Amino acid sequence: MTGKMIGVDVGGTFTDIFVLDESTGIAQVAKVPTTRPDQSGGFLSGIGSRVDDLSEVSVVVHGTTAGTNALLERKGARIGVITTQGLRDVLEMRRRDRPRTWGLRGDFKPVVDRALRLEVPERTLADGTIRTPVDLGAVRIAARMLIDEGCLACAILFANSYANSENERQAVEAVREIWPNAHVSCSSEILPEIREFERFSTTALNAYLQPEVSGYLARLETALKEGGFEGEFMIVQSNGGVMDVDTAASFPIRTALSGPAAGVIAAGYIAEAAGFPDVITGDMGGTSFDVSLIAQGQSMLSPQTSIDFGMVVRSPMIEITTIGAGGGSIAWVDKGGLLNIGPESAGSTPGPVAYGQGNTRPTVTDANVVLGRIDPENPIGGKLDRLDVESAKAAILEQVGKPLGLDALKAAEAILRVANSRMAGALRLVSIERGFDPKRFAFMPFGGGGALHAGAMLADVGLARAIVPRYPGVTSAMGCVIADMRQDFVQTINTMLAGIDTNALTAHMQAHVDSGLATLEAAQTTFEARETAFTLDMAYLGQTHTVSVPLAVTVTDGKVIPPTEEEIREAFDAAYRAAYGRLLKNGTRRVINLRSAVTGKRPRFDLGTLAPEGGSLEKALKGTRQVHFDEAWFETKIYSRLALPVGAEVPGPAILEQPDTTVLIEPDLVGRIDTYGNTIIERAAS
Amino acid sequence: MSAEIDPITLAVLAGRMEQIADEMDATLFRAAFNPIIAEAHDASHGLYHAGTGDTLVQGKSGLPIFVGVMSFAVKAVIDKAEENGDLADGDIYIFNDAHLGGTHLSDMRLVRPYFHDGQLFCYLASVGHWHDVGGAVPGNYNPAATDAFQEAFVLPPVRLAKAGEVQQDIIDILMRNTRLPQSAQGDLNGQLGALDLGVKRMDELLGEYGADTVRAALDALQDRAEALMRAELTELPDGRWEATDYLDNDGITDEPLPITVALEIAGDTMTLDFTGTAPRCAGPVNIALPTAVATAYVAIKHIFPTLPANAGVMRPIDVQIPEGSLLSAPFPAPVGGYTETILRMIDVIFAAASQAAPERVVANAYGTINALSISGKRDNGQPWVMFSFYGGGHGGSIESDGLNHGNAPISTATIPPMEILEAAYPVMFRQWALRPDSAGAGMHRGGLGATYEIEVLEGNGAKAFLFGERGRHAPKGAAGGGEAALNVFSYEQADGWHHPPMASKMVGISLKQGQSVRLDTPGGGGYGDPATRAPAAVARDVAGGLISPGKATETYGPAWETAQ
Repeated sequence: MTGKMIGVDVGGTFTDIFVLDESTGIAQVAKVPTTRPDQSGGFLSGIGSRVDDLSEVSVVVHGTTAGTNALLERKGARIGVITTQGLRDVLEMRRRDRPRTWGLRGDFKPVVDRALRLEVPERTLADGTIRTPVDLGAVRIAARMLIDEGCLACAILFANSYANSENERQAVEAVREIWPNAHVSCSSEILPEIREFERFSTTALNAYLQPEVSGYLARLETALKEGGFEGEFMIVQSNGGVMDVDTAASFPIRTALSGPAAGVIAAGYIAEAAGFPDVITGDMGGTSFDVSLIAQGQSMLSPQTSIDFGMVVRSPMIEITTIGAGGGSIAWVDKGGLLNIGPESAGSTPGPVAYGQGNTRPTVTDANVVLGRIDPENPIGGKLDRLDVESAKAAILEQVGKPLGLDALKAAEAILRVANSRMAGALRLVSIERGFDPKRFAFMPFGGGGALHAGAMLADVGLARAIVPRYPGVTSAMGCVIADMRQDFVQTINTMLAGIDTNALTAHMQAHVDSGLATLEAAQTTFEARETAFTLDMAYLGQTHTVSVPLAVTVTDGKVIPPTEEEIREAFDAAYRAAYGRLLKNGTRRVINLRSAVTGKRPRFDLGTLAPEGGSLEKALKGTRQVHFDEAWFETKIYSRLALPVGAEVPGPAILEQPDTTVLIEPDLVGRIDTYGNTIIERAAS
Repeated sequence: MSAEIDPITLAVLAGRMEQIADEMDATLFRAAFNPIIAEAHDASHGLYHAGTGDTLVQGKSGLPIFVGVMSFAVKAVIDKAEENGDLADGDIYIFNDAHLGGTHLSDMRLVRPYFHDGQLFCYLASVGHWHDVGGAVPGNYNPAATDAFQEAFVLPPVRLAKAGEVQQDIIDILMRNTRLPQSAQGDLNGQLGALDLGVKRMDELLGEYGADTVRAALDALQDRAEALMRAELTELPDGRWEATDYLDNDGITDEPLPITVALEIAGDTMTLDFTGTAPRCAGPVNIALPTAVATAYVAIKHIFPTLPANAGVMRPIDVQIPEGSLLSAPFPAPVGGYTETILRMIDVIFAAASQAAPERVVANAYGTINALSISGKRDNGQPWVMFSFYGGGHGGSIESDGLNHGNAPISTATIPPMEILEAAYPVMFRQWALRPDSAGAGMHRGGLGATYEIEVLEGNGAKAFLFGERGRHAPKGAAGGGEAALNVFSYEQADGWHHPPMASKMVGISLKQGQSVRLDTPGGGGYGDPATRAPAAVARDVAGGLISPGKATETYGPAWETAQ
C-alpha cells in the first residue's frame, strides 16, 4: 500500500495536520485555526493546505474533540430513556457523590430530563433469572411517546442486563421496529458490565452524542469522498487505538478522550524510537498540565473517567492525569500569605496579562515572559503581534511580589518554582502510584508550553533527560497516523474461580475475538499483525477492588484455546502478589469481568524521515537575548530550532525557537539533536 | 519558635506533604477489603505534631470528620506512650476506644511515631472503618445499646508493633472478636501498608530538605492557616446568633433531644457555645468530647471551603461543650450513632451562621445517614450482612438548588451500586429513585431525597436494623427557605406496612421472603423566599414529577401553570 496517510487532530484553538507520503517518506505538517461550531471546515481546509489530490490519500485518521466538547458544553441531542420500573432516576442519583468535598454547593442535571426517562415492567435478577418478562406493549408505548417528544436517540437501560440481556434485547428490537433512525441502543450492547450507574451513564452519554457525532463524521466522510478520497477514514479512540468510521458512529462515547490519547501514542512511539521506552509525557495547555506514563512502550489504560461531575464514562482510556497548572493558571497569594498557582485560569482568552486582552491577574506564562524565556516580539500561535512585558511585570510585582516581600523578578521565579513543583508532583504521582521509580523515566513535553519547563522537571523529579519531539505542536496529529486499530470488549462473569465453567468463559472470549477480527477484516487498511489480549478482573471474595490479571491464552487461526482453572489461579496469584505483596491465606478467589482486546498492528513509518537535513549551528543562531535564571540575567543564545543539524550540541543557557514551541535549555543543561530531529536535554558533563 | 523559611520553599513543601497524606489514603483505598473503606473512603491519614498531636497535614480524600478528630487519637497515644515510658522507632499503637479517639468503635486507629536521626519528628496515623468489630449487632450500628460494650469490643491504645516487631498476639485477639476476620485482616494489612509508605516518603522528604526546614514549614503552615481563619472571621459582622434543633430520640426513650448553639463573632475570633444542649442520654446518640470539637471544624470548613486542613484553623475558635451534655459523654456511654448527633451539630452551626452571613451558608442537608443492616442465613448456613448508608438531598444555596441524592456532609462516601448489592446479597431493590415532594421550598429549593425499597429474596427470611434520624424534626431551610420532608421508614409484614415506634430507629425487624423495607429519605432545606422562585423552574420540576402539581401551587402559587 502506498499513498498518503493523513492525521488530523482538532483541538480547541488549532487544527493540526500531519501528512506522511509513504512512497517518498516525506512528512509535512500544517496548523490552521479550528472552526466552530462545525469543526469540519478547519478539518478540510487543513488537509487542503497540504494535499491537492485526495485520490492519492490512502488513510485519513482523525483525533476529535467533537464528542468531548458536546459533553462538556451539554450540546448533545435530546434523548429518551426506557428503563426498569423503579429505576428511572439512576442517572440523576449517580453514586450519591457531590461535586466538591467542602462547601456543599452545586447541583446536577443529567443529560436526559426526568420527563423523558420512562419506566416499563420488567426485571432480571443478579443471577440472570428473569423475574418479570419485559412488557413489550409498554416498551412500544414508551418509544412512541419519546418519538412524539422529539427525541433523536433512545437508550434502553435495564437492571442486571449484564447477567442476562434477554429483556433488553427484546426491548431494543421492539423499539428499532418503530424508531426511524439508527440511534437506539441498550446498555448490554454498549457495556455488558456490572454497576448500573456506570453502565447506564455510559450508554446514555453514548446516545446523547450519537446524532451529533455521527452527523459530523458523515459530513466529513462525504466531503472527503467528494474531493476524490477513496481510502479509509478512521477515528482515534480514547484507548489509543483507531476504529473505522461506522464503529465510531455507533460508539461515539469511545472518542471522549480521542485527541489527548493520540498525543500519548505518538509520544510513546517517538520516545521508543529514540531509545527511551520509559517516558512520562506532559502536555501543557492554557489551563491544565496533562500527564501520562508509558512504561516499556506501553501506555497505561484506566477503566473509566468522569468528563464532568456525574458524567461518568466507562470505557478503556489512556490514563491521563490532569492538574490545574497551565500557562494561563493564575498566581495569587492567599490571606494566609501562601503563594498558590491556579486552579483559576485566564485560559487563552483573555489569556495572560502580557496578551493585553483584559486579564490583570498574573499567570505562569507572564512569569516566563518577564524572565525573558518567551520572546515578547514573536508570540507563538501567531494571533498577537507582541507581548506586553511591562504590564506582566507590574501585575506580578503588585499581586505576588509585594505580599511576599519580593521584587518582580524574584516573584516571577517564585511563580515558576511553585508551578514547576506542582507539575513535578504530578510526574511523581503517576509513576509512584504505579509502583515505578520516576528517576528511570524520561520526560517528554508536547503541546506548546511544556518545553519551557523540561529542565525544571529534571531537577525536581531527578529524571535523567527530557526529549522534545521535533514537532511538539502536532504530536496528536502524528499519533493519528501511528495508532493501531484496537477494540476493547468487556463481559461480567461474576463467579468463584473454584469450579469455573471455562467453556462458558471461552465462549465469551471467542465471541470477542470473532467480532474483533471481523472488524479488522472489513477494514481497508493492511495490518502487519493481529494481536489478541485477555485479562480478568479478579479479587478475593469480600474484597472490593479488583486486580487486572493477564491471561496467557493462545488464539490459533482465530480459535481461542481455553485456559484451565489452574492457569487462571496461577495468573491471579502472580498478579495479586505483585500488587499487594502477599496472598490471603484461605481466601476464595473470584472472577468478576473478562476484558479482551483485539488489535490490528498498522505499518510503522520511519521517524528518520522527520530528521533535519544539513544545516549548521552557526546558521541556526538567530541572536541573543537576556534571560533570567535563578538570581541573574544571562546573555542567552537563541536558535531557530528546525535549522539545527543532527548531532548538534547546544549548551545552556540557550533557547530554541520554532513556530509553535519554545525550548528552554537551562545553564547547567545541554541540548542535543538526535537522528530523528528530537532535542534531548540532559545535564551537562561536569 | 520556628526557624525562618522562605515563602517559595514553604509553598513547595506544603504540596509535597499533602501529597504524602494523599498517597497514604490511596494506598489504603486500594488495598482495603471492606467496601466502607475501599468504596466509601471512610478512612483518613495524616501527619501530627510530636508533642501535642495537633493535625499538621491531612490527606484530601479521607473522610472530613477525621480531619479534626485524629489529633485526639494521636494525643491519646502520646499520653499512653508517656505512661509506658518506652516509645521507640517502629512502635505502632492501635485502638478503637471512641472516648479517647472520637467517632465510634468501628473506626480502628493506628498511630506510629516517626523518627528521624534518632529523634521523634512527628506522628503518622491511619484510621479506617472496619466492617465488624463484635458487639450485639452485625456492622455495629446498635440503636438499642445503653453502653459501649453492647456496641463492640473496646480496645484501648496498645502496641501492635514494638520497635518494628508486630505483636501477633494482638492480631489474634482482634481477629477472634470480629464476625468478619478476613475483611478485618485485609483492612489491617492495608493500614500497615499506608503507614510504611508514609515513613518512606517522610524519609525522602527530610533527606532532601532537612528536618529543620520541614519543621519550620509545618510551623509556618499552622500560623498561616490561623491567619487565614482570622482574615475570614474579620469579614463577618460581629454579633451573637442562636439556633436549636432536635434529635428524634435516643432509641431508648422516645423524647426529643435539643442541640443548641450560640455562635458569637467578635473581631477575628469566634465562639461556638453549646450550652442548652440535652444532657447525656441512655442510648447511643451521645458523642465523646473529641468528636464534638472535630465536628465544629467540619462545619467551619464547609462555610470556608478553601481553608487548609490543619489545626491552625481552629486557634481563633473557641468551642464550648458543656460538661454532662450528650456532646461530652464519658466512657462507657454508648456513642455508636455519633453520625446523627454530629450532623445535627452541623445543622445548628449552619442555621446560626446563616443568620450572620446568609450568602455563605447552605440550608440543611438531609441530616441522617440511615444506617440499615439486613442480615440472615443462606440455605447452606452461610451468614450474610448487607450494611449500607443511604443518601438524601442537600440544602439549597445562594448559587443553585440543592443537589439531589448527595452524601452526608461529614463524609465523601459513595453508595455501592445496586447491582453489586443484589449480586452479593439475597435482596432485590423494587425502587431506587428520587422521592417527589421531599425538597424544602425556596428561591433555590433543596435537593430531593430518595426512596429505596428492598425486598428479601432468601427463603429463610432476614432481620433488619435501622439507625436513622430526622423522623420527627425536618431539615431546615435558610434565608427564608422551607423545611424538607421527614425521614420515613416502613417495613412490610403479613398484615401490611408498619412504621417503627421510635420513628427512625428499630432493632430486629423480622422479614419473610418477599417482604420489603422502605426508606423515604429527607430532601434538603430550601434557600430564600419560595415566592421568589422562578415559575419556569417550578414548571420544570412539575413536568419531571419532582413536585406534585398540587403542592407546587400550594407552595409557589399558580404562576408556574402558565410559565414557559
